[in-house]
Amino acid sequence: MNAITSPRFKENVSEALADAQLQRALGNTGSGFIERRANAAARLPEFDALRDSARDIKNHTLAHLDLYLEAWEKKVLAAGGHVHYAGNAADARAIVLDICRSVGARTVTKGKTMIGEEIALNEFLEEKGIVPVETDLGEYIIQLRHEAPSHIIAPAIHVNKDQVEADFRRVHTHLPADRNLTEPTTLLAEARGVLRERFLAADVGITGANFLIAETGTSIIVTNEGNGDLTQTLPKIHVVLATIEKLVPTLEDVSQLLRVLARSATGQDMSVYTTLSTGPRRPSDVDGPEQYHVVILDNGRSAMLGGEFQDMLRCIRCGACMNHCPVYNAVGGHAYGWVYPGPMGAVLTPSLIGVDLAGHLPNASTFCGRCEEVCPVRIPLPRMMRAWREREFERKLSSQTIRSGLAFWAWFAKRPAVYRLATALAMMALRIGGVFRGRFRRLPLASGWTKHRDFPRPEGLTFQAQWKQGRRR
Amino acid sequence: MAGPQPTSNKKPRVGLFVTCLVDLIRPSVGFAAVKLLEDAGCVVEVPAQTCCGQPAFNSGDRATTREIAEAVIAAFAPYDYVVAPSGSCAGMLKVHYPELFHEDPNWLPKAEAFADKTYELVSFLVDVLKVDRVDARFPEKVTYHDSCSGLRELGIKAQPRKLLARVEGLNLVELKDANVCCGFGGTFCVKYPDISDAIVTKKAGEIAATGATTLLAGDLGCLMNMAGKLQRQGANVSVRHVAEVLADMGDAPGIGEAR
Repeated sequence: MNAITSPRFKENVSEALADAQLQRALGNTGSGFIERRANAAARLPEFDALRDSARDIKNHTLAHLDLYLEAWEKKVLAAGGHVHYAGNAADARAIVLDICRSVGARTVTKGKTMIGEEIALNEFLEEKGIVPVETDLGEYIIQLRHEAPSHIIAPAIHVNKDQVEADFRRVHTHLPADRNLTEPTTLLAEARGVLRERFLAADVGITGANFLIAETGTSIIVTNEGNGDLTQTLPKIHVVLATIEKLVPTLEDVSQLLRVLARSATGQDMSVYTTLSTGPRRPSDVDGPEQYHVVILDNGRSAMLGGEFQDMLRCIRCGACMNHCPVYNAVGGHAYGWVYPGPMGAVLTPSLIGVDLAGHLPNASTFCGRCEEVCPVRIPLPRMMRAWREREFERKLSSQTIRSGLAFWAWFAKRPAVYRLATALAMMALRIGGVFRGRFRRLPLASGWTKHRDFPRPEGLTFQAQWKQGRRR
Repeated sequence: MAGPQPTSNKKPRVGLFVTCLVDLIRPSVGFAAVKLLEDAGCVVEVPAQTCCGQPAFNSGDRATTREIAEAVIAAFAPYDYVVAPSGSCAGMLKVHYPELFHEDPNWLPKAEAFADKTYELVSFLVDVLKVDRVDARFPEKVTYHDSCSGLRELGIKAQPRKLLARVEGLNLVELKDANVCCGFGGTFCVKYPDISDAIVTKKAGEIAATGATTLLAGDLGCLMNMAGKLQRQGANVSVRHVAEVLADMGDAPGIGEAR
């Protein structure tokens, strides 16, 4: 399900562009996210100031991460919770399995967690005879389809309504065949009905975490469906999957981050549910889990601290960068070939799985800058994609054709006199070639361009040649 | 930030950074820039030049980029201002050159001084020279695409619209998603031609939906991309650089059109 296909990005792209269902889904999404975010930002005069403050809170936390991790852990333990550190995905999976086995778990419910995707938890649990049940509607849909999320907050954005209807009819065979499944509301009601008994049967509930609060030892999830609450309160054990950069010092800091999170993600002022969990059920509580565990995963992140890509650890996973990305909107999330798509994925994925595998991702950007323009924590995404390109260039990982072309061009670009002569000749040659039309449909060495578009015939002498001859207007 | 202030009785001396695409493919944009700058009271000169270095910079070749940047900064040292008819190249000179030298105490001050005096053409006319009218006529229904670097690195949005409003007979209809990338992206369009095509196809659809007979923008790379797609589709839209229309040179054939 989440095997890495990033190295075959170009093939993924060809398939995505030829996939009529995917293109229909991408077309239907249109600019909905973009308009809602713009409206939400416009309604809040201090939105940009909040973004600065959100950036500063995350920078401060990352600069003192050891301190805050320690403080957070103390509070979790004091509240009766357990903390497990996992260096890599295998460690994290083993820890989750141990916890599940400690109560002889047969099914686990899951709230939406991208860390769960990162450690490929579902396949692993299935292998071990434990049934994972996704409870977020989007995640539930793609679990039925045996697919990976294509967006970090809207995992099934690549699926059309009628495809969901077909999946539900295929899987929910115990329900009446003549039921109405044409509207999103009826689809949601059916999923809720099916999931209700799963919630009650689960032995362990696994959620992600949007934030961990050092001051109180609290984990926070934000959802719109309430599935996260049922996932974490009904079973005996609540397991939180988190990573080190989710830490935030105080409740006050979190309230600032929450003010930019939902607005950037869906254009809501707040998500429908913001759920804070601190330790297991206390004696006076009417409900809640008997055990509260946090598995805190590193998986390459501590190596980003203090380096060129540290700013990426500010990311609060709102998805605004991909919503506004022309490349993501053309090809969808699966083409990126691993868990994190779009601009944030183009920077984060090489850090986590290596630029050897993810080399295409930071290259597949027009550098239009819209991602950075909307990022709630002001991550300089294009600059960091360029930094990856520099690493690739230094290690000679970029394509030989591109490198040779670049070297050829650079030789001339560094020699203005030779350049002027050579380009003048080249443009004259091109001009003769295109004499009957104003443009070319095909050009040697420029098939990447002329495959899809015409190339204009140069006007004639170069500007510099004409200027040298004395033309002024 | 304001550039060096020329003395009041002396004409500002502008070094024109032609940009490689204008130099090679469409010199008329360069002459339009010269006309606009001279009409606004500048003395224009063109030192020997090649390219701003973006192809190397965006391919991760920092060493080559630096060599080119050093040559550009030196070539334009004598001028009060450096002006380019492109938001993308001006963004490279103004925003990225200082980044390139941020760890070099010798070159950083030079790169910053150079950045301070560098402008994109239309924003230079409006923001620095305070030009508020143009002597041009273009009786067409026109739409305008905001190229990414100019828009997001240099804040160019109102300036071209302000001057286009003064062109006699010109009827500007706004393009839906004018601030969305056209898919050019420099070397991106040849490295990932199919993604680039998907993006520019969407853009061409929006352009056609305006019913405009002419598309304008401030960057020749984007213009060539959109013109090439529109022409491949057989669309009947003429594509020009905004400077050509502002300089009253809108009667020449559009990009990719035969004379």
